[in-house]
Amino acid sequence: MISKEECESIIDKGLAYGKNKADGLDIQVDASSVATSRFANNSMTQNQAPSSVSVSVRAVAGGKQTRLSADKISPADVEKLIDDAIKVTTLLHKDPNLLPLLRPGDIKGGDIKGADTPASSLNRFDSEIAHASPDDRANKVNAIVQIAREHKLNAAGTVATGEWATASGNSEGIRQYYRGSRLGCSLTMCAPHSAGWAKEQSPIAKDLDIQVMARRAAEKAVASANPIEIAPGHYTVILEPSAVLDLCGGFWYDFTGTSYEDKQSCFLNKLGKQVLGKNITIYDDVYHPLQDGEPFDGEGMPRQKVCLVENGVIKNLVYGRKSAKKFNVEPTGHGVSEPNSMGEYPQNIVIEGGNTSLDEMIRSTDRGILLTRVWYVREVDPATKIVTGMTRDGTFLVENGEIKCGVKNLRFNESLIEMLGRVEALGPAVRAAGEESMPAVVPAMKVSYFNFESSTKF
Amino acid sequence: MVDKWNLPAHAQRVGEEAVALLKAPTCPQTTCDVILGGSQLALQIHESCGHPTELDRALGQEINYAGASFLTPDMLHKLQYGSRVVNLVADATVPGGLGSFGFDDEGVKAQRNFLVKEGLFVGYLSSRDTASVIGLNRSGGNMRAESWKVTPIIRMTNVSILPGDAGSLEDLISDTKDGILLDLNRSWSIDQLRYNFQFSTECAWEIKNGKRGRLLKNGSYGGITTEFWNSCDAICGADEYVTWGTPNCGKGQPSQSMWTGHGASPARFKNIKVGIAHNV
Repeated sequence: MISKEECESIIDKGLAYGKNKADGLDIQVDASSVATSRFANNSMTQNQAPSSVSVSVRAVAGGKQTRLSADKISPADVEKLIDDAIKVTTLLHKDPNLLPLLRPGDIKGGDIKGADTPASSLNRFDSEIAHASPDDRANKVNAIVQIAREHKLNAAGTVATGEWATASGNSEGIRQYYRGSRLGCSLTMCAPHSAGWAKEQSPIAKDLDIQVMARRAAEKAVASANPIEIAPGHYTVILEPSAVLDLCGGFWYDFTGTSYEDKQSCFLNKLGKQVLGKNITIYDDVYHPLQDGEPFDGEGMPRQKVCLVENGVIKNLVYGRKSAKKFNVEPTGHGVSEPNSMGEYPQNIVIEGGNTSLDEMIRSTDRGILLTRVWYVREVDPATKIVTGMTRDGTFLVENGEIKCGVKNLRFNESLIEMLGRVEALGPAVRAAGEESMPAVVPAMKVSYFNFESSTKF
Repeated sequence: MVDKWNLPAHAQRVGEEAVALLKAPTCPQTTCDVILGGSQLALQIHESCGHPTELDRALGQEINYAGASFLTPDMLHKLQYGSRVVNLVADATVPGGLGSFGFDDEGVKAQRNFLVKEGLFVGYLSSRDTASVIGLNRSGGNMRAESWKVTPIIRMTNVSILPGDAGSLEDLISDTKDGILLDLNRSWSIDQLRYNFQFSTECAWEIKNGKRGRLLKNGSYGGITTEFWNSCDAICGADEYVTWGTPNCGKGQPSQSMWTGHGASPARFKNIKVGIAHNV
């Protein structure tokens, strides 16, 4: 894995080479060394351990900008990338929205407003995970398979370990570096007509107990055997955190200045207004102890903690430098690397939780459906935020305060805006992982009148 | 290719449709005959035909993420997947297809194989190791990796529906008493075994007594894969056939993106639920 010093050397040498050749340069180095051991039918199926470094160069010249990327990082290769990027700018039209490169003096207030942890001391690197061996992963897979066999089930999934790093610098003196570690486990326990699932990901090894995950998934597969078919319609649902995560994944871009400016945001003309339930408060906060990722954006600006929703009121959006200028506000440090059409993105979501446990949600439900996860969630209507998708891998009928049996999976069509106005209870917020959205800190939710459109055959 | 698309020639129509959609009535919630335009049918094929015929899925190797398949090996040559007019092929030799190549990433030569023949399920997308599991003599040549960094996995090539004899789209509309024409995909979703699906489209048009009528907004339809394909009663001819493509099919762990091709002429399906997606 490339070191911090090596990253900085690539950037410094490149910027020195490019000095006076363009109006401005920014150079980013991204490195990843994450190995994945994959298993299915209680056997190891694939093992991959790719290790890669890429460098990208943004050249700004004559009011134009471009970015080129490459996997070759020798000084001569980076110099060629710089020359090519500068040459490409001569082929482009001027960018009317082009801003000067970020300068250290543009970063106001020193450290991050509202953050619980200073950005400079943010360190979530776990060397145990970063340097885990194939045997380490195989032992974890073996433990999962043994639990599957105990329950007469087939296990499938992945165990991934490794590290990553990102560094950036520009010709105005901005320098940023962050490294992270990653442990991820996703597993499905399969019975003939049912399944259970669990997935977690963290930079810290002790956050995941893979055996606990495997047992939970196995118990769900057993408990949902012989699922019954129930009629579609409106039901009270209990959404486990991963289900909340993947349902809401399509929401987050609507909290950006660019989507608002482009009239794509479902919160258009609703800033400052009560749109969601009063028990819903949402932040973007990379400094939260359960969050992960670098504390700076694609231009090197420090990420701010931003309150997006407070007690159901749409409070703030996130802004890159371009959209911040258009709205005459301070950028929040969420910009995507220039040039881009996306603008910015909140990638460290925290939905505040409550004190109701999953067991309490179940006990308080006369008739409802418990969802482990959701799948193939896609937006149907951008204005009302109707999404569709399926339940999957652990869907249960709850009656008279108890889990009664498994049910065949159901398709839902539901408006996220309306759904978040019908939340009856919130669990404690936990770090959740899914398949439709990047990990976030979200609670379980009990929601009334959730719409299921149809059922499927299993 | 870009010249052939002739985008400026479509600009006025697209602009007029966008404005018209603002005031168009919503697609009613009903059951009726549905004609799918070629580009929407291409995505239907991708989701409900291409994916369930991936043999690694059918053997449980993708179950943790992309899912499995209802097309289990015991159904091969037995299941009536669709009506007799339905013929689906996987063909990596199609000129200009997004799923075309000379040799797959295992070095197996590009091939054309039937997946569904006259409605009967007859073939899978296979690889060298999966082909041997079900006793095939040869891999179907479907292994591709997104890049040097990841392992090849079974991917669709050009999975297409063969043209039929229903003439042009206008001929098919003329032959339809009461229905809805749906085209230009907007959302897509299907369960992990590839049974229950729902799609929505940008545009829908009423068909009454063989004539295209009102433009409708928020068109959507859904169903169960085998019931849907067995309801197919007419496919337009070769003159309407276009090889479409999907540039970003996701599968594998870690996830890989792959480009796949799908040829289709518009086709009609009987008694399909429409207008379901906005009914919350």
